[in-house]
Amino acid sequence: MAVDVSSRDMGAMRRRRRRSLMRDVVGVGVIVLAAAIGYFAFPDNLALLTRIIAVALLVLSLDLVTGYCGVATLGHAALFGSGAYAAGILSAHFGINDPLLMTLAGLIGGALAGLLSGLVMLRAHGLPQLVLSIALIHLFHELANKMSSFTGGSDGLSGIAPDPIFGRFEFDLFGNTAYVFAVVMLLVVFVLLRILVRSPFGMLCRGLKEDPLRIRAMGASPKRAIVKMYGISGAVAGLGGALNAISTQVVGLDTLSFTQSAEALVMLALGGTGSLFGALAGTVAFMMFQDYVSSVNPFHWLTMVGALLIAVVLFAPKGIYGTVAAFLEKRREGRP
Amino acid sequence: MQTIFSIGIDALAYGMILFVISIGLSVTMGLMRVVNLAHGAFAMIGGYVASYISRDLGLGYAPAILAAVVATIVIAVPIERFLYRRIYGAPELTQVLMTIGITFCIIGLANYLMGPTLKTIPLSDVLQQPVDLGFRSISAHRLFAIFCGLAVALCLWLAIEKTGFGIRLRASVDNAAMASALGVRTEIIYAVSFAVAVGLAAFGGVVGAELLPVEPYYALRYLVTFLVVVSVGGAGSIGGTLLACLLLGAVDTTGRYLLPEFGEFFFYLAVIAIICVFPNGLMKGAK
Amino acid sequence: MTAAVGNPVFEVVSLKKSFGGLVVTNDVSLSMAAGDRVALIGPNGAGKTTFVNLVTGTLAPSSGEVRLGGEVITGLDASARVKRGLVRSFQVTRLFQDMTAAEHLGLAVLQREGRSGRIFGNFLTMPDVMQEVEHRLETLRLTALMHRKVREIAYGQQRLLEIAIALALKPKVLLLDEPAAGVPQSDVGLIEQALNELPADLAVLMIEHDMDLVFRFAKKVVVLAAGAVIFDGAPGDATRDPRVREAYLGSYADAGRVA
Ligand SMILES: Nc1ncnc2c1ncn2[C@@H]1O[C@H](COP(=O)(O)OP(=O)(O)O)[C@@H](O)[C@H]1O
Ligand SMILES: [Mg+2]
Repeated sequence: MAVDVSSRDMGAMRRRRRRSLMRDVVGVGVIVLAAAIGYFAFPDNLALLTRIIAVALLVLSLDLVTGYCGVATLGHAALFGSGAYAAGILSAHFGINDPLLMTLAGLIGGALAGLLSGLVMLRAHGLPQLVLSIALIHLFHELANKMSSFTGGSDGLSGIAPDPIFGRFEFDLFGNTAYVFAVVMLLVVFVLLRILVRSPFGMLCRGLKEDPLRIRAMGASPKRAIVKMYGISGAVAGLGGALNAISTQVVGLDTLSFTQSAEALVMLALGGTGSLFGALAGTVAFMMFQDYVSSVNPFHWLTMVGALLIAVVLFAPKGIYGTVAAFLEKRREGRP
Repeated sequence: MQTIFSIGIDALAYGMILFVISIGLSVTMGLMRVVNLAHGAFAMIGGYVASYISRDLGLGYAPAILAAVVATIVIAVPIERFLYRRIYGAPELTQVLMTIGITFCIIGLANYLMGPTLKTIPLSDVLQQPVDLGFRSISAHRLFAIFCGLAVALCLWLAIEKTGFGIRLRASVDNAAMASALGVRTEIIYAVSFAVAVGLAAFGGVVGAELLPVEPYYALRYLVTFLVVVSVGGAGSIGGTLLACLLLGAVDTTGRYLLPEFGEFFFYLAVIAIICVFPNGLMKGAK
Repeated sequence: MTAAVGNPVFEVVSLKKSFGGLVVTNDVSLSMAAGDRVALIGPNGAGKTTFVNLVTGTLAPSSGEVRLGGEVITGLDASARVKRGLVRSFQVTRLFQDMTAAEHLGLAVLQREGRSGRIFGNFLTMPDVMQEVEHRLETLRLTALMHRKVREIAYGQQRLLEIAIALALKPKVLLLDEPAAGVPQSDVGLIEQALNELPADLAVLMIEHDMDLVFRFAKKVVVLAAGAVIFDGAPGDATRDPRVREAYLGSYADAGRVA
């Protein structure tokens, strides 16, 4: 009898693993498909699509600390902007124009900003922690603003001129190369993050979000885990920033702003926290909506975002992806 | 000497304005444990109403203050009833999203209804005169702001320490479940405190308009400052909030006078340092 | 206060804690050697859970010292104490609702071996980890629930899983906070069986209300009342001790459970 139950359970586990693997494949497939559709549907707007991908990396990165570790932050653009400035400064001031090296600089810059943010954020909980995140983004913003000889200040950092990728693929006027570069980067990050969230460390963080005391009673240090996740998250956001710098060839102070941080949080909530698909869905939905509304009536943009947020909290607290996934799950369980 | 004196008066006035606006936020956060990012938006609504009454309708400063407080409460009470009640006890992230959503809406609407420009609130003649102190003369408005701050602090202290409502309020802050088990109707306590908090925010928004000018992004621009006051002072503590306001008023004003270039930078640096050392607020001590 | 035979592996010296004016732990000392089975009993609110919180580092004591294997650990973080072998379970189960039993144990095993920080790989595919997980589940007769999420597991079995997690951390000293609390009477036998099968060289301190269980399990009983130790000795003597009777009968209507 016990053996029966157990073998049924083993089956369930195998099914679950297969489903999870399948989701990886489907995820990669959906990204490729969406990228292809975007390419053919908006050939004149590849710049927007590339920007969506850059921001998606920021939102994925935010999901790592907010969705997987439970840290609410309104200052996550600090990581994104640091990556953007690191990549931009490398090109504009040091003449190192290799896009891959610039990307690497963005990754490192973001990771360092992430580690710093993580260490600061750990000092408090609740409201004071939230205030720390806001103070951090303003501090980064002011720093970039004041160091204008390096960052270009409020005029933005210009003079970024990336070389062709591998010396062959030039960044063209239409943004073809930048777009392909962005899609490839997103795919690589997505696969790596899928591995991360299933790894022992990913599991530890999920536990940490639910019950830090239990995690400590298992002998793990929540602080160390959060700082580490912040570092990883910074690397991902930094990649997004670098991508933005490379594709637009300027870096503005807005990459390092409270608004950008708050919008990233809105996108994550819209898509659904705690899942990579949610982060992606939220970013695409939000940015498409933003593009549409601002071309129709920029005046009401903020009002609509606000109303959207209230609606999400009231009617779809799990976000787009969470709600759909829960619906599908229910249907699957309904079947014999 | 001259400079030190005017820095001191400005810092004091600024700190008192911060106190009038933030104390309501502090009490509601201590009481309802809601991270309310929309508090600055209510102060801003007060400023707009006052500007409309006093500048556009020419009805004078005192009626403007009164109208601002009443109108803001009238606007805020339904918001409390239909939106805030849904997020009491919810995770922090949910509260952040809801209240920042409310803030965005209010900013967008303010921009639409009143336009993106700064709105002034003409002072009454008395407040425009300088007051001669014998050795120095200072602006009557600064004195008025300081007086308002002290008056609010005193009234709140009396209301909380000496009235039946205050007793029930303190009981609910300490332990809401126990208070309601003892027959305190916490939702009424919540609603009344929320109304008072919003009214004070509107009052502070009007009186402080000279220092914190009214424009649509007011709600976000000064949000950090109000939140900082609450986290540094410790949510729910009048004394802590007063201390935090005076401290931050001094840091901010001095920074602006002495290092106008880097004022904001040092302000945020100071905020981070203070919270890192006193993560539970100044009055609760380091931990 | 208690002189353990042999080298003490775990010592608590004059531990004190007060919340404001309320003294919840009043000068408590305790000493245990490897293999000891001690029961910590006392009326509700006596401060038993607080004692566990203090020694494990969840709460900071007002004064006093905690030693593990001779090393003073009073200043260490809770997680560092676990790494040194001081492990607890919780009075009310603390498990992750969406994780399976195997995931809980896998995490504990990986954590013990310092591998929980790995950012790649899945422990389900790590043969050594899985072997241990399966073995530990089998010992507690939980194999059938291996891949069930906690929310689908009955409470009694969740209690067993708590014990399994604690054991997977390979403790030297195990503090069990009411392992049978909330378990339906029909399942208490399972818990007791698990208690009987605990490693022999492990020092175990168990908080428990069920006196029958205490009598069968413990060689020694410590009675706590209002934060202070009022009795320390053989289980049989405990029920005859006038101060113990007073503590229970005075504040605890259910005197029948003591007698
Ligand atoms: N964080 C706390 N703050 C104030 N009092 C507490 C706290 N934790 C526990 N207490 C009090 O300490 C006493 C002992 O509690 P506890 O250790 O849980 O008792 P036991 O486990 O023996 O039933 C109780 O009176 C309880 O109310
Ligand atoms: Mg207890």
